[in-house]
Amino acid sequence: MHLDHTHHGPSALSADAHRPDGTRRALRIGLGGPVGSGKTATVAALCRALRDELSLAVVTNDIYTREDAEFLLREAVLPPERITAVETGACPHTAIRDDISANLEAVEDLEDAVGPLDLILVESGGDNLTATFSKGLVDAQIFVIDVAGGDDIPRKGGPGVTTADLLVVNKTDLAPYVGSDLARMAADAKAQRAELPVVFQSLRGETGAADVAAWVRERLAAWTA
Amino acid sequence: MTVTGVRAHARIVARADGRGGTALPVLDGDGPLALRRTRASGGEARVMVVGAMSGPLGGDRFSLEARVEEGARLHVGSAAATIALPGQAKGGARYDVRLDVADDAELHWLPEQLIAAGGSDLYVTTRAELGAGARLVLREEQVLGRFGEEPGRLTSRLTVRVAGRTVLDQELSCGPGAPGGWDGPAVLAGHRSVGQLVVIRPEFAEQPPAARMLGECAALVPLAGPAVLVSAVSPDALSLRRLLDQALTLLG
Amino acid sequence: MSRAALLVLADGRFPAGGHAHSGGAEAAVKAGRITSAASLEDFCRGRLHTAGLVAGALAAAAVLGVEPRELDAAADARTPSPALRAAARRLGRQLMRAARASWPSAELDALAGEFPKGVHQPVVLGVAARAAGLSPVDAAYCAAYESVSGPATATVRLLSLDPFDATGALARLAPELDRVADAAVEAAGRVVDEGVDALPAASGPLLEVGAEWHAAWPVRLFAS
Repeated sequence: MHLDHTHHGPSALSADAHRPDGTRRALRIGLGGPVGSGKTATVAALCRALRDELSLAVVTNDIYTREDAEFLLREAVLPPERITAVETGACPHTAIRDDISANLEAVEDLEDAVGPLDLILVESGGDNLTATFSKGLVDAQIFVIDVAGGDDIPRKGGPGVTTADLLVVNKTDLAPYVGSDLARMAADAKAQRAELPVVFQSLRGETGAADVAAWVRERLAAWTA
Repeated sequence: MTVTGVRAHARIVARADGRGGTALPVLDGDGPLALRRTRASGGEARVMVVGAMSGPLGGDRFSLEARVEEGARLHVGSAAATIALPGQAKGGARYDVRLDVADDAELHWLPEQLIAAGGSDLYVTTRAELGAGARLVLREEQVLGRFGEEPGRLTSRLTVRVAGRTVLDQELSCGPGAPGGWDGPAVLAGHRSVGQLVVIRPEFAEQPPAARMLGECAALVPLAGPAVLVSAVSPDALSLRRLLDQALTLLG
Repeated sequence: MSRAALLVLADGRFPAGGHAHSGGAEAAVKAGRITSAASLEDFCRGRLHTAGLVAGALAAAAVLGVEPRELDAAADARTPSPALRAAARRLGRQLMRAARASWPSAELDALAGEFPKGVHQPVVLGVAARAAGLSPVDAAYCAAYESVSGPATATVRLLSLDPFDATGALARLAPELDRVADAAVEAAGRVVDEGVDALPAASGPLLEVGAEWHAAWPVRLFAS
């Protein structure tokens, strides 16, 4: 949806690829998924992996205002002015899908304040399996689930699992302890997602979020091409 | 025979006397709005409103004007609380206060409480017009009902303008017949004392004090202009006064 | 232009950011002042006759073409709490985005350009209603209804209140909403002749104080 063909005004309306001054805006990637699946930890790992090569910022959509933002600040993955928290009125899925206006304000304010930016990560507060990002807000989305949440989640599907541009199955190191069958999860995900990519990761392992970071770099290359 | 209410009007003009003090070339008032000059303090003239009778009653029309001219400093207080009472005349009572503070002049407007006694009906307006460099401390306290009594009807509008720009315009309406919800959780929530303290200083334009809470039911806030408002609700007049005094001390 | 545009503008799902604001209900719930459907109704009634009336008059005056800059300054003077002023401007900016997408208009574009940091939401609401071909009373209804629907929805989430009870409270407020919308339009008409001082200035001290309290919390569900 590129509204810049029909509207000429002082500020962008929604998903315009360009900022009001004509420059290309940052790529926006959303991270969603159930509570406790490791979204914030993945965001932190991505920041550490990418912050030296890219100019990036993070918007969090917490259930309780600033909890995830505070975590990122404590971990010092980015300078504080590059992290913004959006209040969601107890409904992260509303703020990332049905009424994205506060998030759009946040990403635009970040670009104005600390830009130019290459990448903005928009993290959703933990929500249910149907919570996906609006295409008016993000250019691509990552859905993060974990092995401890049950190895039947990929089979159950839902918009997040089925349609996200990248599915991350997190905490693979825990699989033996919670009795999750990674091969079955991979097969189910393949069945649900056809050619869409899936990453299995353990942030405790040596590679950390390297695969996700590589996917982000590819996306960014396509965005700026 | 129609009973008409009392009309009372008082005027104060404060003027720099050229020797670092403040003269009062006009000090007119009588009856319920009798004025008395009290001992000056430093360069500041002091005036006390000493109501010779209680009121305002229903149908009464009071008005009071104070003008503080350039370089003058005036402090106005009152000898006792003002009690709005029901009257025999038809209609509500009205009390209008007009304050004019010129550039480089200062007014402390610190009357005692206004008490809306049961059955009373009063509309009070306070309008302060300040020059760009003027200074003001203005306190308003309303007490709804005397002790253990249902309140009267009280509507109070406070407007403050600095250099022609309105920085505060607030109206509070409470008591029987007031718009619904006045005693509910959005407005007074059962509190019987409500007060506002307005402090205007030119230096607030550059360095406004930060907003802060004063207990759970009072806040000090910077307004959109060189002004600060302390807004408080409290169970009684004494605790309200304590909150507002504390706020004034905080502002230094 | 169609009257049904009012339904679009007043729809709680209109994507203008309202869902993240409780209209003071979160503070009142935590303070123990809203505990039930009855106290929610009383809260809403108080908010309707204070902030709701002022918002309705601002919106109606904007539909009548009163200079938005003056209305915005008048809204500032009627909003002592800096937290509420900031929230109103943020919501104004969010509404501006949705309104420009819904009813493209040179007036909305000009207003967005003049105030990049936002205008008080009811003023934007009025200019949006004007762009949608709606009348002053339509805008006043919309603003007045928003002043109570937001707290009601928020309280359902905050107290797990029965949604039927909350909706019932809103329905019972309908006759008062009618009166507030009429009073707002009447005041807006006077603003055209007498200037913005004719706007109502009704205030709820606990709404203002509660907003400052709420803004200082490190952890909260709603933005205001």
